[in-house]
Amino acid sequence: MSQQLNTYRAGPDETGHFGIFGGQFVAETLMPLILELNDAYEEAKKDPAFAEQLSGLLKHYVGRESPLYFAERLTEHYGGAKIYLKREDLNHTGAHKINNCMGQILLAMRMGKKRIIAETGAGQHGVATATVAARFGLPCTIYMGETDIERQKPNVFRMKLMGAEVIPVKSGSRTLKDAMNEALRDWVTNVENTFYIIGTVAGPHPYPQLVRDFQNVIGEEVRRQIMEQEGRLPDALLACIGGGSNAMGLFHPFLDDEDIDIYGVEAAGEGLDKKHAASLKGGRPGVLHGNRTYLLQDEDGQIAEAHSISAGLDYPGIGPEHSWLNDIGRVNYVSATDQEALDAFQLCCELEGIIPALESSHALAYLEKLARDLPKDKIIVVNLSGRGDKDIFTVADALGVEL
Amino acid sequence: MIETRIDRRFAKLKAEGRAAFVSYFMANDPDYDTSLKILKGLPGAGADVIEVGMPFTDPMADGAAIQAAGLRSLASGGSLRNTLKLISEFREGDNETPIVLMGYYNPVYAYGVEDFLKDAVKAGVDGLIIVDLPSEEDSELCIPAREAGINFIRLATPTTDEKRLPAVVNNSSGFLYYVSIAGTTGAAAPEPADVAKALERIRKATDLPIAVGFGIRRGDQAAEIAKIADAAVVGTALVERVANAASPDEAVSSVLELAKELSAGVQSVTKN
Ligand SMILES: Cc1ncc(COP(=O)(O)O)c(C=O)c1O
Repeated sequence: MSQQLNTYRAGPDETGHFGIFGGQFVAETLMPLILELNDAYEEAKKDPAFAEQLSGLLKHYVGRESPLYFAERLTEHYGGAKIYLKREDLNHTGAHKINNCMGQILLAMRMGKKRIIAETGAGQHGVATATVAARFGLPCTIYMGETDIERQKPNVFRMKLMGAEVIPVKSGSRTLKDAMNEALRDWVTNVENTFYIIGTVAGPHPYPQLVRDFQNVIGEEVRRQIMEQEGRLPDALLACIGGGSNAMGLFHPFLDDEDIDIYGVEAAGEGLDKKHAASLKGGRPGVLHGNRTYLLQDEDGQIAEAHSISAGLDYPGIGPEHSWLNDIGRVNYVSATDQEALDAFQLCCELEGIIPALESSHALAYLEKLARDLPKDKIIVVNLSGRGDKDIFTVADALGVEL
Repeated sequence: MIETRIDRRFAKLKAEGRAAFVSYFMANDPDYDTSLKILKGLPGAGADVIEVGMPFTDPMADGAAIQAAGLRSLASGGSLRNTLKLISEFREGDNETPIVLMGYYNPVYAYGVEDFLKDAVKAGVDGLIIVDLPSEEDSELCIPAREAGINFIRLATPTTDEKRLPAVVNNSSGFLYYVSIAGTTGAAAPEPADVAKALERIRKATDLPIAVGFGIRRGDQAAEIAKIADAAVVGTALVERVANAASPDEAVSSVLELAKELSAGVQSVTKN
């Protein structure tokens, strides 16, 4: 992709690359289907009926638009810039993930696919996938690492209630990366009838693009809402990064507003010098799960295990567009530790009466570094990507409380 | 491109009127010395072409047996570097049997494509099968490998239709590997009649020898495939012999015993 272009929003190029990142690194069995998906998506984009159906479902089923809420007491607490929270936690199923699932299941049906599969970490994407599959009557199989099944029990039960089959993944670190491997194995085996709903802006082209496009509704709404409430655009944007879909959805509509500082917060786990999940800050470019991107890996190119208290961020990679935005310097990628996220989680509960997801708490944690020093007339928008009900067991455990 | 050991081997077998037996095993599984013994024993057990697995933490297209083999290999210090060392040691005693490295791209990318190709040529590698490099990504490794004199062998699958086939055949050399079912390694064997139909279709698109794999476990199955294809590939069944062995020595003898049965099956079939 040419960098002379005076927009940051033109990617990917026709071969699915953002600079050197992205691409289509998959087994040959999947290639014809991926090309077919690309064609189907290009067609759907041109079809006004598709957009109309999607926006109707987002409004009446998901409950969009989600509020942009002025967090008065958090603002007071830090004593600096005004803090707004984009309330993706108030969507049906409790996170941003459903924006993407709704788009993809409509595509799956356009393509005549009869079966849905997905991987999940925190279980939010699994729940959102199980939800849309139930809504449209398609059988659904969710792959989830055993470690994550243990720490996200409520979500496992929610998926089952909606009729999804949840398959525990026992290989590797038994987390999100392994769930994705297993979902890819299922897809290779059942490629004729199966649609794979990938949950973040990663995977082979066109997934990073189409997931981003379906999540862009977040940033587009924020633009409108902040103009209504403040009469101007914000000064800074903040979102957590697992694969990077909630972040990309917020950031992308603002990439060309160069005055806006954009921050993506990776999970620093126990610290960047210990076990963590910060692919950009602690990894280097490599190829996994269909795309070239920054990865946690050893000298030999073996993928390292990530660590984060938050299952949704516990992944050794990141979407390729983020890798590109990092290298060209448009977005600042920073990190927050498990402890910082836990502190931010409690603060948000106590000051705002909102229980945030542990994932989103990583974005909130960075307010500590950002909000205090920005003058009172500045505006920060934080993506509250999901609600934290699913995390109460993990948090209780970390706080030494028995439930 | 220049003729490789693979080209010569297939030409020779064609002249003899029989198919090739292609064996797969994982480098450094369960350890370096044992896998070197397996490698050195395979030509004597009738392997005409040897595929050596390069271990990777996340083998997305492999079933449980080969996943486990990769993890055993990594646990005992397996790496791309010592896979190349294994091939070099083998070449000291065998300059004829073609060696194909099979695996995933990231370890090669981490090694550096240019350095890797230089060292692979030096070690005596003849071909590469990189599962996650479809023709869309030919500029990464396929074209540089050709220029270095190494065959880039591509997989065709039941989903490779008429429209897709030219892309798969383009730039591939050595042989074409027909994966006879949509699935991961270790899946059940397909019906030979279905395979025959697919091969008929593929032969219209290429003159390359066609190897068929996935699901072959016994000599009689290998013989069935040898009737219709230019080579029969066996991996999972051999790798399971390593997994089930009580000792490293037993792993060697057990793998070679099965290799003999499989090659006998392939050699029992003569063609015109
Ligand atoms: C609430 C929430 N936020 C964020 C994430 C991380 O994903 P992404 O970076 O794709 O937004 C997850 C993933 O499970 C999540 O559940």
